[in-house]
Amino acid sequence: MDNQNLVTMANNIGAFFKSEPDRELAIKGVEQHIRNFWEPRMRSAIIAHSQNHSDEMLDIVAEAVKRLS
Amino acid sequence: MSDNKPTDYGTPASTSETLVTLEIDGHQVTVNSGSSVMRAAAEAGITVPKLCATDNLDPFGSCRMCLVEIEGARGYPASCTTPVAEGMKVCTQNDKLATIRKGIAELYISDHPLDCLTCSANGDCELQDTVGAVGLREVRYGYEGDNHLCSEKDNSNPYFSFDPSKCIVCSRCVRACEEVQGTFALTIDGRGFESHVSPGQNQDFMDSECVSCGACVQACPTATLMEKSVIDHGQPEHSTITTCAYCGVGCSFRAEMKGEQLVRMVPDKNGQANHGHSCVKGRFAFGYATHKDRITTPMVRDKITDAWRETSWEEAIQFAADRLKGIQAKYGKNSIGGITSSRCTNEETYLVQKLIRAGFGNNNVDTCARVCHSPTGYGLKNTFGESSGTQNFDSVMKSDVILVIGANPTDGHPVFGSMMKRRLRQGAKLIIIDPRSIDLVDNSPHIKADYHLKLRPGTNVAVVTALANVIVTEGLADEAFALERCDVESFQKWKTFVSQAQYSPEAVEEITGVDAASLRAAARLYATGGNGAIYYGLGVTEHSQGSTTVIGIANLAMATGNIGREGVGVNPLRGQNNVQGSCDMGSFPHEFVGYRHVSDVETRKLFESAWGVSLESEPGLRIPNMFAAAIDGSFKGLYVQGEDIAQSDPDINHVHHALRELECLIVQDIFLNETAKFAHVFLPGSSFLEKNGTFTNAERRISPVRKVMKPLAGKEDWQVTQDLANALGYPMNYNHPSEIMDEIARLTPQFANVSYQKIDEMGSIQWPCNDEAPEGTPTMHADEFVRGKGRFMLTEYIPTPERTSSKYPLILTTGRILSQYNVGAQTRRTENVAWHSEDKLELHPHDAEVLGISDGDWVGVKSRVGETVMHAVISDRMQPGVVYTTFHFPHSGANVITTDNSDWATNCPEYKVTAVHVSKVSQPSEWQKQYQSFSDAQQDFLENRIPAGE
Repeated sequence: MDNQNLVTMANNIGAFFKSEPDRELAIKGVEQHIRNFWEPRMRSAIIAHSQNHSDEMLDIVAEAVKRLS
Repeated sequence: MSDNKPTDYGTPASTSETLVTLEIDGHQVTVNSGSSVMRAAAEAGITVPKLCATDNLDPFGSCRMCLVEIEGARGYPASCTTPVAEGMKVCTQNDKLATIRKGIAELYISDHPLDCLTCSANGDCELQDTVGAVGLREVRYGYEGDNHLCSEKDNSNPYFSFDPSKCIVCSRCVRACEEVQGTFALTIDGRGFESHVSPGQNQDFMDSECVSCGACVQACPTATLMEKSVIDHGQPEHSTITTCAYCGVGCSFRAEMKGEQLVRMVPDKNGQANHGHSCVKGRFAFGYATHKDRITTPMVRDKITDAWRETSWEEAIQFAADRLKGIQAKYGKNSIGGITSSRCTNEETYLVQKLIRAGFGNNNVDTCARVCHSPTGYGLKNTFGESSGTQNFDSVMKSDVILVIGANPTDGHPVFGSMMKRRLRQGAKLIIIDPRSIDLVDNSPHIKADYHLKLRPGTNVAVVTALANVIVTEGLADEAFALERCDVESFQKWKTFVSQAQYSPEAVEEITGVDAASLRAAARLYATGGNGAIYYGLGVTEHSQGSTTVIGIANLAMATGNIGREGVGVNPLRGQNNVQGSCDMGSFPHEFVGYRHVSDVETRKLFESAWGVSLESEPGLRIPNMFAAAIDGSFKGLYVQGEDIAQSDPDINHVHHALRELECLIVQDIFLNETAKFAHVFLPGSSFLEKNGTFTNAERRISPVRKVMKPLAGKEDWQVTQDLANALGYPMNYNHPSEIMDEIARLTPQFANVSYQKIDEMGSIQWPCNDEAPEGTPTMHADEFVRGKGRFMLTEYIPTPERTSSKYPLILTTGRILSQYNVGAQTRRTENVAWHSEDKLELHPHDAEVLGISDGDWVGVKSRVGETVMHAVISDRMQPGVVYTTFHFPHSGANVITTDNSDWATNCPEYKVTAVHVSKVSQPSEWQKQYQSFSDAQQDFLENRIPAGE
């Protein structure tokens, strides 16, 4: 999968949830959204990519991806 | 032809619930108060001769043929314009009335060509019938006097002719254009003997404002306005009720046939979505179904650089199955998938997703709703609890304030657009939020939007949240409703969020381009103007924040209490005929039928038990993910039923790249569409006239699709999918689509009581239809939201990453027009090309002047991902800085320039915002040249296909 595209998609999801004032809820929102809608190979790819590139992601997204693994 | 032809009661039914009893020709008759005497007689089975009256138009009283005698009344009143009264005694037939009627008929016939035997209306002429009924035997005036017999025919419209020599000036056509369609293109010009029907200012029909809906043709009691198909083929001899295969309105039609020849489509006045009206596509544009381009023999080939080889059905199915099995053996179970179509029936769609989940063994199924209304599913499911609109179409007739956002009903959903216009003419207020000046703004007779918030493309969320800001900060919310019906914590959190100063109209004005005062006034009107109803379309969903805007719209409805009753609600206007249905039927990769997530253990058990296989608990690939996986080499086989992703999806170069990477692409379609040019297997499809099934329209209405002719290729589409399943080793043994619907009903709570028998009895059913709602559900969330409490969600405005720059200074937005449909595969193969023969670029006069572009110039349109060339149209419908085009023709390449930006929640593409550079050019783009070459080669492969057996 195109990792850059996956990062963009994940950050777009994060951009929606970051308006949630409760950070924990925001992270859970991103995590659940990715679980609900991303096919496993996409999840695997972004988990693998995040090992060395979590700085490309919004902080709540990086945290959500960490919880996916 | 009498079967299915409904009785014409002469005047509309009264909605009064008070009953009145009167006597007609000695019979006691009880009818609703407000009925006309003519209607009361007709309901009692008593026929009163008539010419200017018909029951979808208000009474007019001009022909005087329907005169009756009423005890105690002076003279002979027209029964069409005389309301019934308690105790009234009416006589419809006596010597005096016969004499008067005969005299009237004599006058009509004295100026009418007596060519009945060769007339196209012979056998279906109300004038002929009426003159026969009154017993006219001679015309004492002779035929030599002044007459209109030499009036010139107008054949300018491709679908109907206008022969003024046969006109009796009854005004039915004029009234139909006004009352039914709302276009006001026709008038009676002149006075007395000179009176005549005039399109526009005595223009040809094609040059007038006529939108070719055909309401005038249907209303005409003679052969004055006549379908050319009837002129060519003669009168039909039987008919079948079926449902239109074009837009999401889902109009009901009588398909009028002569043997297996479709003679004409007549909108069914009992149709619960359309009430006897139609548009140019549904009524007239059916010629594609028998077009010479139809492919009726299966074809296969090893590589897309090979010529096609015709095969038997058995060989093609086996070829496809072997290829798919081979790919799975080599690349794994998840290396194949499929795409269902909103142009196909519920039963076909259900079967394709079942084949993929149960036969392929994965959830790699998606549908074209991915690229249109997937944000509707996400947004409404998360706020209301159900992925659907909340109302029926008739609800608009009880709306006081209509808010249209990102939709163009008069073009995209014309029959509903006409109903909306009727309500607006009655006085409902109108708010339009759209970058363009669509016709409803100020280009429809007797309609003018109260507010047009002409926002910049891509700023919907800012506008919707600013509306919420006004409603909350000015104390206009319906707190009682929200606190009782909605989740209180989410409501409070939302109020705090939208009350922030950054969302005030004044603060967002610079972003949106919308005048703050107008936005405030519009918000006040929606919140306080009575029943407020929101209608939206792809101008909402096809954005990087499509789902957020849908959520924002739902928030507005909940905050103002505009949900759960007639006249209000949230109404997504679905693009294609079965978008709602294809979504309902489990076409999304994360959901089973009825919007239940694949990870839900109980749901999965239910389907595993019914389907006899274990099912995957993880979501599958969406369409854009399939393309990405194809390019990275992990996705190799695709089954596409009835979709044309190679034309309709964004960033076409990327799509074509993905399709070329596939080792097996199976396309099932009625034409060799653009996608099929990349295919290895072509399975001929059947048109909506050749199969049984159901469509579900934008108001959740399940309507019957009925076979009126044999499938040209020998199989209905569901049979082909079933054959493929069996060849793959997953058994399917349905004998009729009704059995598929029975299975859907068994497995889906919202469809529990749906059956073909019930659909036939009721005409159509709006789901949910189950024990709690045995007759269906016209209005949702009446007492409680489907999810229990309505959920407010926060809608922060995030600008699209697609920005203008000095290199790409204009914003391109794309859309649809009345005469063409989606990728145009159907309408391009009809006479509708008379109105739109190519996609053009609309731009504002100011931009045109700056760029040195004149109307009709060839212009290059270049974005960050591609370039194409089309002709320019200068139009002040656009705002400066915004250009517009359609995507109905493959070679125009509109989607060469659209990007892969997509909605954050659903990956619905952002068709509505692309930064472009426009310049005058002199030749097609490189892409167009290359694609023409590829397309020509594929056409050669088709024309030089190897016949079966060689």
